[in-house]
Amino acid sequence: MTFNEHLPALQVIVPLLSAPIVILLTPRGLAWAAAAASTLFSLFIAIALAMTTVTGTALTYDLGGWEAPYGITLSIDAFSSLLLLIVTGAGAVAIIAGKASIDVQIETHRQPLFYSAWLLALAGLIGMVISADAFNIFVFMEISSLASYILIAGGPDRRALPATFKYLITGTIGATFYLIGVGLIYMLTGTLNLADMEARISEVTSLNPLLAAAGFITIGLALKAAVFPLHVWLPNAYTHAPHMVTAFLAACGTKVAIYVLLRFNFFVFQANLPEHAVQFAFFLMPLALLGTVIASAVAMFEGHLKRLLAFSSVAQMGYVLIGASLLNASGLMASVIHLFNHAMAKAALFLAVASLAIRFRDLRVDELAGAARTMPWTCAAFVVGGLSLVGIPGTAGFISKWLLILSVMDHGHFGILLVAIIVLTSLMAVYYVWRVVEKLYFAAPRLSNVRVNEAPLTLLVATWIVALGNVAFGLYPELPLTLASHAAETLMEHPR
Amino acid sequence: MTLIEILGHFNYWVFAILLMVGFYAVIVKHNLIKKLIGLSIFQSAVFLMYITMDKVEGGTAPIIQPDLPDQIYSNPLPQVLILTAIVVGVSTLALGLSLIVRINERYGTIEEDEILEAD
Repeated sequence: MTFNEHLPALQVIVPLLSAPIVILLTPRGLAWAAAAASTLFSLFIAIALAMTTVTGTALTYDLGGWEAPYGITLSIDAFSSLLLLIVTGAGAVAIIAGKASIDVQIETHRQPLFYSAWLLALAGLIGMVISADAFNIFVFMEISSLASYILIAGGPDRRALPATFKYLITGTIGATFYLIGVGLIYMLTGTLNLADMEARISEVTSLNPLLAAAGFITIGLALKAAVFPLHVWLPNAYTHAPHMVTAFLAACGTKVAIYVLLRFNFFVFQANLPEHAVQFAFFLMPLALLGTVIASAVAMFEGHLKRLLAFSSVAQMGYVLIGASLLNASGLMASVIHLFNHAMAKAALFLAVASLAIRFRDLRVDELAGAARTMPWTCAAFVVGGLSLVGIPGTAGFISKWLLILSVMDHGHFGILLVAIIVLTSLMAVYYVWRVVEKLYFAAPRLSNVRVNEAPLTLLVATWIVALGNVAFGLYPELPLTLASHAAETLMEHPR
Repeated sequence: MTLIEILGHFNYWVFAILLMVGFYAVIVKHNLIKKLIGLSIFQSAVFLMYITMDKVEGGTAPIIQPDLPDQIYSNPLPQVLILTAIVVGVSTLALGLSLIVRINERYGTIEEDEILEAD
């Protein structure tokens, strides 16, 4: 086998094995350098894999040479490739750019452990994306969750500790629900391989346990994905986590859970449960609509910048679920590409927030008044990210909202209502982004903030790379669009 | 369903009851340690479900013995899976307890309502 054929395995193994090595690199800066190199390497592997999957081919890799369904298979198609780009991109950019921010927030002697947890979280998220084995997904989910609890609690803010505890309780309940669901399916089919599962479920005669399994798996993953109203752990966890951890997890954490949710529901259940499509849509659509409206409304009146963006994340996940509950290829394509575009926008915004946080001690919106006079570049990047979040033409956010509205239009009267809600929540987004921008640009600076200066150069450059990425993918969206349309096709062709 | 059938699912009843006992404790208790105990019971219930499903009637431990060709074995796979899940559960418990230690250091209490008041 050539090197290229082992890329799927290396995608997980590189961060997983570099995690214990990083702990040993105690001399100053060395742990960061090793972790940065490892995440960057993962990003390159993800890009290389995307170059293959963008043509529509899917890669499979039998771990240890054990064939499916006996061994664990890794499978990478266009959908997983898109998620891999999000996860490794967010992980690499945040760690490489964030050294200045991490140095401020994490004591030097604890940094190797922090970077190690970072790599484990990355490995877990990657593993969830590429594994084609239901139990293996559970294990990777718990690796990434345990590592992200450590990351979130790692900062100096004491409020992060109860927030993490809440996340730990909710996350474990979610994972255990998933485990129950997988157990029920295993009882019926005797297999854990997703493809094999799909084939064997069609022979199952008693559908009740399968229905229970679908419920447990969907709810469990919805907890992990912070679907409204199961999002209560998210705002506090994102608000009090170290800023770079927020940038990393906000860009990819919940999206991976949504990915597994869609994969299970469309690959495994859709084809085999008679009423599943309807139940899936009727369960998720109301939650998605309520989630976007309520979370946007909360964000409009939220005073703390990070919490405002966290609620906006909950709202934006609602768009993803609206697209998925339409149950057609164009809706799915819109929701898949929104995963990518929202990750880009949120990464830019949270990187800008991290830059602001280095200079301002308090991140309440009122305290940031007049920041644009002293930190013009950071604030300009925030504006670009905000425009993409709102969905202004020319930014990445516009592409996905446009596609979503187009696919919603096909649904008659109900479609008109959905369009109204999407437009309304976008206007709400305009309001909450504008509230911040107004403070940054047009309010008089506080006396205590007059002498702050621009953020460290590395962080600024990275923020701008991501911000310009939003513009670039808004003007030239071919790569994510192609991946998303292949993803929507594979998700839709499974129901027979 | 006859009484015998209901009793025959004894293990599954215990699974469901334990699951709900644990869940109840997680939701209702304000003491963080008690919450964690509840979470642990909740997870253990699922272990029981996996162990139950692998038992084959009359089956023994799945070790092949050449002199006993007709031996019936229990399914080893769920046991292996649950061994992994137990490790995950133990790590979660350890991490949760260490978080509680930290919370106690910073807040001086492990009661949820008192922590909420402190901030």
